[in-house]
Amino acid sequence: MPHFPNKEEKIHRSAKQDLFQAPDFYAIDDLLSEEHKLIRDSVRDWVKKDVSPIIEDCAQRNIFPRHIIKGMADAGAFGPQLPAEYGCGGLDYIAYGLIMQEIERGDSGMRSTASVQGSLVMYPIYKFGSEEQRKKYLPKLASGEMMGCFGLTEPDHGSNPAGMVTHFKDMGDHYLLNGAKMWISNAPFADIAVVWAKNEEGKVRGLIVERGMEGFTTPETHNKWSLRASATGELVFDNVRVPKENLLPGVEGLKGPLTCLNSARYGISWGVIGAAMDCYDSAVRYSKERHQFGRPIGGFQLQQKKLAEMLTEITKAQLLCWRLGHLMNEGKATPAQISLAKRNNVDMALHIAREARQMHGGMGITGEYPLMRHMMNLESVITYEGTHDIHLLILGMEITGENAFV
Amino acid sequence: MSVVPDTTTKVTFTDNNTKFNTAGVQYIINPYDEMSLTRALELTEAQGGTVTVIHVGLADSEPSVRKALAIGAHEAVRINAEASDATLVAKEIANWAADKEFDLILTGRESIDYNGGMTGGLLAAHLGLPFVNVVSKLDINGGEATAVRDIDGGKETVQVMLPFVASAQKDLTEPRIPNMRGIMAARSKPLTVVDPGGASAKGQHQSYEMPPAKGAVQLIEPDNAAELISILHNEAKVI
Repeated sequence: MPHFPNKEEKIHRSAKQDLFQAPDFYAIDDLLSEEHKLIRDSVRDWVKKDVSPIIEDCAQRNIFPRHIIKGMADAGAFGPQLPAEYGCGGLDYIAYGLIMQEIERGDSGMRSTASVQGSLVMYPIYKFGSEEQRKKYLPKLASGEMMGCFGLTEPDHGSNPAGMVTHFKDMGDHYLLNGAKMWISNAPFADIAVVWAKNEEGKVRGLIVERGMEGFTTPETHNKWSLRASATGELVFDNVRVPKENLLPGVEGLKGPLTCLNSARYGISWGVIGAAMDCYDSAVRYSKERHQFGRPIGGFQLQQKKLAEMLTEITKAQLLCWRLGHLMNEGKATPAQISLAKRNNVDMALHIAREARQMHGGMGITGEYPLMRHMMNLESVITYEGTHDIHLLILGMEITGENAFV
Repeated sequence: MSVVPDTTTKVTFTDNNTKFNTAGVQYIINPYDEMSLTRALELTEAQGGTVTVIHVGLADSEPSVRKALAIGAHEAVRINAEASDATLVAKEIANWAADKEFDLILTGRESIDYNGGMTGGLLAAHLGLPFVNVVSKLDINGGEATAVRDIDGGKETVQVMLPFVASAQKDLTEPRIPNMRGIMAARSKPLTVVDPGGASAKGQHQSYEMPPAKGAVQLIEPDNAAELISILHNEAKVI
């Protein structure tokens, strides 16, 4: 199945208007600056105009809508929290979160593309890269002219990245990279990959691998039931010669990739609120339109319970993220705090997607409504960037001081 | 540029139906004005020049003015007066514009809240300029513009010398959404607040009322025209 539409294959544009209205039960907008709101509303308008009309067709047919990369870049989705001198937004973490929320309101797959680019490719190059690497890559990544992916997970090492077997040898004038990475968002089309691999001393280092390097291939992962509008693949390194200047000089050990994941997980905590809000919004509207037993289904207690609980959970998640965003801005957010937000909010969104699907009855099964798409997407989101259980163990270790991983 | 309640606003009134209830209302740039702004930007991008957004309103509308700058306007002027009616707004803009140099003033055909549709015409009259109303296509070539305007049952193409005033109809162009660069650039663009020239409103709102609730639909068989006529005549009393 092709991921990229060829010239003959048109993406169907739905004529159905995206009527989304965001719930803001605790007037959390009052906690945002005017610029935050302008950024959020602009991304929301862009999603309504360019993402909502095509996303269902893309997800149904497993097409990555490559043409919207430019729009995503213009919206500021790629590294908005990194400095403007590298072509990035120079914004704070609240703005970054709001952008992720709005894009994921459209689709988790679209948000994944942005998360990977901003937090897992641009962020490590900014944080651990040399000045030359920053100047070479960041402006092009910010504008979407160049796309990136992030290689940490391996076929046999998911929750346990320390066990990775991908490795490189110092050959004098270059490094020789061997191994394979799996479940890599953006892999099939990425121009560069930030790859974490062990050196001869067994220390984890980051390498920038460019498409076109001999021995580097990116086979696509097929038959996903989730994130179907996003491209996923493998990274295979078969004696790839990587120039020495492509080593990220600023970090050694798992701290490197885990720092990137912190940034991405933070974005996910906001992003999934978007998916949850979309499901809630659809459920509220449907509960007023759909009549059974002579009245709107929204008049029945069981439906009201679902809606009331959805709004409660969304409001809690919004406040959680707002506070976490301020901690991020102050450089005080801990990995465990981020784990709590990621774990809680993804679970919240998945639960709301399922409840909203129930409320839509049979219609909720179809692509007429976004519920099943969000629900299936969120099954990936609850798994990637630290599974639901792993985040629980991170919190458990934080509380007790006991490591329950091994 | 007018600022109006968001199109999803639930309209209610206070003070015994004499005031619009602004509690919790989100404000947006009047959509027709957004089209005017976008077309103005397209024209200046193609032919050079600058776009100044002029807004009559109080400080609470500045987020919308800042959005206009983020969309791409080069500068903004806010005339610090409550925009209580079109006569006041048109007079204030005319006062400000009287000694400025410009080729074109674009307004929306109407604001989507009060739908007066008068500001552009009054402004042109104050300034002694030609006025082209309800324009759905606008091009400028040298010192002359060609505008297509909607008229009953068709279109009318007019030519007009610069400078002039035109009001935008919905097909003029597709409004732009601010992008990240625009939002960042808007931070440092000039937004000048000027004192009003003392224009006063010519009218005031006495009271508001909601449209009557929609009644039930009555279906009549296609071959039963007599019953339809009877209902329209005796019950609805419209014929």
